[in-house]
Amino acid sequence: MSKSEAPLLAADGMPLKEKLARTTRRMKMRAFLLTVPLVLFLLVSFVLPIGQMLYRSFHNPTGSNVVPNFAVAIKDWDADQGIPSDDIVKILVEDMAAARKNREVGKTIGNLATRVNYEIPGSRSLFTKTARRAGRITEGPYFDALVKIDKRWDSPHLWRTLQRVTNDYTIAFYLAATDRKFDESGSIVQADELYRIYLPILWKTIWISALITALCFIIAYPVSYLLSTLPLRTSNLLMILVLLPFWTSLLVRTSAWIAMLQKSGIINNILVYLGIIADESRIQMIYNITGTVISMVHILLPFMILPLYSVMKTIPPSYMRAARSMGASGTYAFTKVYFPQTIPGIAAGTLLVFILAIGYYITPALVGGSDGLLISNLIADHIKKTLNWSLGAALGTILLVVVLVFYWIYNKLVGVDNLKFG
Amino acid sequence: MDADSQAFVRFDKVQKSYDGETLVVKDLNLDIPEGEFLTMLGPSGSGKTTSLMMLAGFEPATHGEIYLGGVSINNVPPNKRGIGMVFQNYALFPHMTVAENLAFPLLVRKMGAAEIEAKVQRALEMVELPQMGGRRPAQLSGGQQQRVAVARALVFDPKLILMDEPLGALDKQLREQMQYEIKHIHENLGVTVVYVTHDQAEALTMSDRIAVFNDGVIQQLSTPDELYERPQNSFVAQFIGENNKLFGKVTKLTDGIATVDLDGGGSVTAAAVNVGGVGERTTLSLRPERVEIEPAKGKTDNAITGEILELIYLGDHIRTRMNVAGNTEFIVKVPNNAGNKPMSEGAKVKVGWQAADCRALDPLS
Repeated sequence: MSKSEAPLLAADGMPLKEKLARTTRRMKMRAFLLTVPLVLFLLVSFVLPIGQMLYRSFHNPTGSNVVPNFAVAIKDWDADQGIPSDDIVKILVEDMAAARKNREVGKTIGNLATRVNYEIPGSRSLFTKTARRAGRITEGPYFDALVKIDKRWDSPHLWRTLQRVTNDYTIAFYLAATDRKFDESGSIVQADELYRIYLPILWKTIWISALITALCFIIAYPVSYLLSTLPLRTSNLLMILVLLPFWTSLLVRTSAWIAMLQKSGIINNILVYLGIIADESRIQMIYNITGTVISMVHILLPFMILPLYSVMKTIPPSYMRAARSMGASGTYAFTKVYFPQTIPGIAAGTLLVFILAIGYYITPALVGGSDGLLISNLIADHIKKTLNWSLGAALGTILLVVVLVFYWIYNKLVGVDNLKFG
Repeated sequence: MDADSQAFVRFDKVQKSYDGETLVVKDLNLDIPEGEFLTMLGPSGSGKTTSLMMLAGFEPATHGEIYLGGVSINNVPPNKRGIGMVFQNYALFPHMTVAENLAFPLLVRKMGAAEIEAKVQRALEMVELPQMGGRRPAQLSGGQQQRVAVARALVFDPKLILMDEPLGALDKQLREQMQYEIKHIHENLGVTVVYVTHDQAEALTMSDRIAVFNDGVIQQLSTPDELYERPQNSFVAQFIGENNKLFGKVTKLTDGIATVDLDGGGSVTAAAVNVGGVGERTTLSLRPERVEIEPAKGKTDNAITGEILELIYLGDHIRTRMNVAGNTEFIVKVPNNAGNKPMSEGAKVKVGWQAADCRALDPLS
């Protein structure tokens, strides 16, 4: 059909495309209305909170809340001058004096002290002490007055940090989450070796997740193959056994592993009873990485078996038979004909298990000890205990990015269209 | 042992049971000479596919020996048997292109790249799909997939090809076309083909010989025309082609002609093929096209009265359903000739047939 040709018309003279759109509009509207409750639910309970958390990872208004006028005044100050002009210092003194009287949540001098303390450990007392006396400073030079209260005010590093902290938008939490910080001259450097915690744990989380995924795959592949080839009655029974863990509380399953693996637990008792190990050299299998890996492999196994099974079930036995009839040995037929066809299931299963493992929280928290903790446990710590939500959010965002990167790599390797979850 | 050496494929007293309680194949003895197109025909569950799978090596025989080229292959794995196979769902590997599918058996045999390419191209040309090598099986139509499957089974030059209901998934027109194509390939290459189907028209069209399976036993093994014209028992008569059944009791047996008293009244004569003695029950088998309506007196050996129940106009003939001797499904095909008298439903007419066209077989309840 050439382009110059007029569009097709329906019987009443309306262009066919428009007519079609009009008749399908009702159906589309109906389909949309059916999803409205879900869309609203997701928006309120999922998209908004996550968006807010992501925003919090780089937006922290603590500084400007406590000393609002100072935040505006110091914004355009050139930090290389070392110490700001006395006008700016005056505003800080006034703001601090006002903040001391402020009882509003999030706007007390303590909030500012905590915030600066993240950047310069040990500086907390400086602010509480200075704020107490700020009201008594009535005339300049204000800078000298501050130094008189505490010598630490005579530091370009402190003023540079104050400028950064009173800016609402900051990358400080991402730096902290990747074990980096601003040094005294304001450039980004790696944290001291002793203080590097997040990146090592992130790497550990990634490789433990990879290990769990690999173990799940090795265990699940033969089981899924068996399930897909057995007669329906037997395979249904086995399937129930696979799904059984889903009907048990996660907490119960994890606790069961504690009972199994602890030093006076079932496995150690049996080993001692059989004389394989001595009573005093019982093996430590829990509250470390081993415990985390064992129980997480168990918990995540169904997520590997189900996609594999659903893909294997669709591969008729005649493929293998055809390959055999053409002269291929069992191994050759498996590697060239059967295995390639299960790749969509392998892709789905490994992706699912890996993503679940990388963000897993409860099992490592219960059986991981201090050694088997994963990144999600640190995130939870910052949200619940240290209340440094911005750092928690930054860690969460990094985790999200890592997952998306793995997803992207997967898409490049296998193609997302090839994924088959069931 | 001359007879042995002539049989290319030989089933010798083969039995097969899956559950240890029932036999799916009971005492199968079958010799297939080289170059023959043999069809195993039967309803589902008759043991035909099981027999084929035992020959291919995917199911072990519970008892008995299977010989290929005079050698017992009971303990030879399927990949060492050198038998080409076409499956019901084609079993083309979906993750490979058509050319890769065809190259598979050649790669297994470690042939050189140039030789593989030449053979693949020749196989594609044989099934008239020379341009399709780069496509995936899913991009082909059902008929094209079928042809590729046939080409793949042939590409490594096996002496024996097994086909397990290969045309079952095609529509009627394509199925008939493929029947001829497979038949021609068989004639051109001279390979031995063992073909399994439940479609009797397919079997009649393609085969040199047909083995009719039922209940794990070969009911009759003969050429298509023999099978249709001279069925040896009631099952075969019923299974192949259209068939009118009349039940009765033998009252006289002379010179291969049985006189039978019909249950629905009347006495007729029939060729005694598979009957006991006088006094035994029998089933008469009569093809609809061998029955004449209102025959001239003395022209047919038998003539009894029946009632026309239904007339179906089919162009070349009029399919007439009648009540004859109590059988209300008695079908007569009346040719659409110029001189025929018009018939009407409800009319009572004479139907007649020759004794030789009516076969007295085993009593089928």
